[in-house]
Amino acid sequence: MANEEYVTDSSSDFTEYWIDLFLGIKGNEYFCDIDDEYIRDRFNLTGLNQEVSKLPTIIDIITDLMDIELQPEENRDALEHNARILYGLIHARYILTSRGLNKMFEKYRNGDFGYCPRVHCQLHPLLPIGLNDQPRLASVKLYCAKCEDLFNPKSGRHAVVDGAYFGTSFPAMFFQNFPQAIPIHSKDTYVPKVFGFKLHEYSKLNRWRELQRKKLEARLAKNGVEITNVVGGFKAEEDKPVIQQ
Amino acid sequence: MPSEGEEDYIPWIQQFCEAFAHDYFVPVAQEFIEDDFNLTGLSLQVPYYREALYTILDYQVDTADDNDASITNGGNRPVQNKAKSELPNKALLSHSADLLYGLIHARYITSKPGLTAMATKFERNEFGSCPRYYCDGMHLIPVGCTDIPGQETVRLYCPCCNDIYLPSSSRYLNIDGAFFGTTFPGLLVKMFPEIENQCRIRINKFNQNDFGLKLFGFRVNELSSSGPRMKWLRMHPKTQEEKQEYENCEFQVPDNDFDSEVEDTDGEGDLIDDDDKTMASDDE
Repeated sequence: MANEEYVTDSSSDFTEYWIDLFLGIKGNEYFCDIDDEYIRDRFNLTGLNQEVSKLPTIIDIITDLMDIELQPEENRDALEHNARILYGLIHARYILTSRGLNKMFEKYRNGDFGYCPRVHCQLHPLLPIGLNDQPRLASVKLYCAKCEDLFNPKSGRHAVVDGAYFGTSFPAMFFQNFPQAIPIHSKDTYVPKVFGFKLHEYSKLNRWRELQRKKLEARLAKNGVEITNVVGGFKAEEDKPVIQQ
Repeated sequence: MPSEGEEDYIPWIQQFCEAFAHDYFVPVAQEFIEDDFNLTGLSLQVPYYREALYTILDYQVDTADDNDASITNGGNRPVQNKAKSELPNKALLSHSADLLYGLIHARYITSKPGLTAMATKFERNEFGSCPRYYCDGMHLIPVGCTDIPGQETVRLYCPCCNDIYLPSSSRYLNIDGAFFGTTFPGLLVKMFPEIENQCRIRINKFNQNDFGLKLFGFRVNELSSSGPRMKWLRMHPKTQEEKQEYENCEFQVPDNDFDSEVEDTDGEGDLIDDDDKTMASDDE
């Protein structure tokens, strides 16, 4: 049904689906659309009645069984607000299911979540992640699988989206499901230079970090994990200018 | 000055710094450019060097007499009129002037007044904040990956995570990195120790916080291909042991004791791994 929405959309010009309206709001570009069946299955909503009041009404609004205009005017704003929260919280659960993951994979491939700003990551696509699974604690962050780090969204309108709408588990689940999407990590690092000479303390720290990496490589090798130029491993380097003094 | 007594005349340098996407540049002091010593070697890198230089300084480009006149009387800009006869292409001259100014700028910002001017911009966060979450909005410093013009665009250096980033707006994607140079961020950080202090506060704040992917609260094991493999990139020595190890990295990566250390730490490392880095399965 969710997929047919776009087809029927063009023929009926008087009403738009709530989910389509929601996804069209600026700042909601990170969300994917959730199947109606998933929302209507009460099992999937276990515990969410503690986060929003009037759960059944809100579900009806999201799934377009009830028009929000029919509600008393003073309640509409609160209902719409709660509907958005509920959609977000269901979204966090939905994107861990196989259909949700596939939809998010499509968005990931299109770069809908942006690209890693780190120079050595060479514009690797990002994934949204929450720092908490409880709503209203932290805004959404972006995870780069190449440098395994968290970034703030570039645009201010994404910086206000709640992280709980994506959840803490999403990227881990994503890469369990799509191991082919795991990148080959880059060993490149940056050391500031003054007139061509590396700054000593930064260089020293860099050497220590290289040591940590080598230890990791040794640990992995000991356990028989292949790491050179394979998914999840490191890109082989021709020469390592880092060590030179 | 001659007929061009325009009231709203803007010096070339000011025009350049106010141009679109040129907000990373600081105005270079006139005296700095007038000192030939500061320009050593640039004549080999910039075509129409002399004309470009005169353009920047708002001198008249044509004859020696006119130049003298404009030095004393401030600028007028008859460059355009004369340029056609002397130079085949006005656009070429303006490109040369941009290039020359950029290269002078890279030198100027490593001088004391230049550093101070850039530090003010840094303080005001005019180069943007580090996009990395754990850097907590640390201000960035523009840097070039090379000192040769025409190779790489400008990058931004974060002194906190010691990494370089692409500017968040695409309008900076045609600003040459060589106009800031490779030396500048290192020098700025060393000249203003306050910057390093700010970084240290941030590093200490987040060093305890050990980010790694979790699935339903369980950490992914590092033996998994999606496991944590890049932690070394942001690590700082924490424990006494690590600090000792860090000291050993003074001049080179210690190769020999690194094998034995792996053997040493591995026994306990495994235990820890089993304990809290349980590989969570994905049967949903």
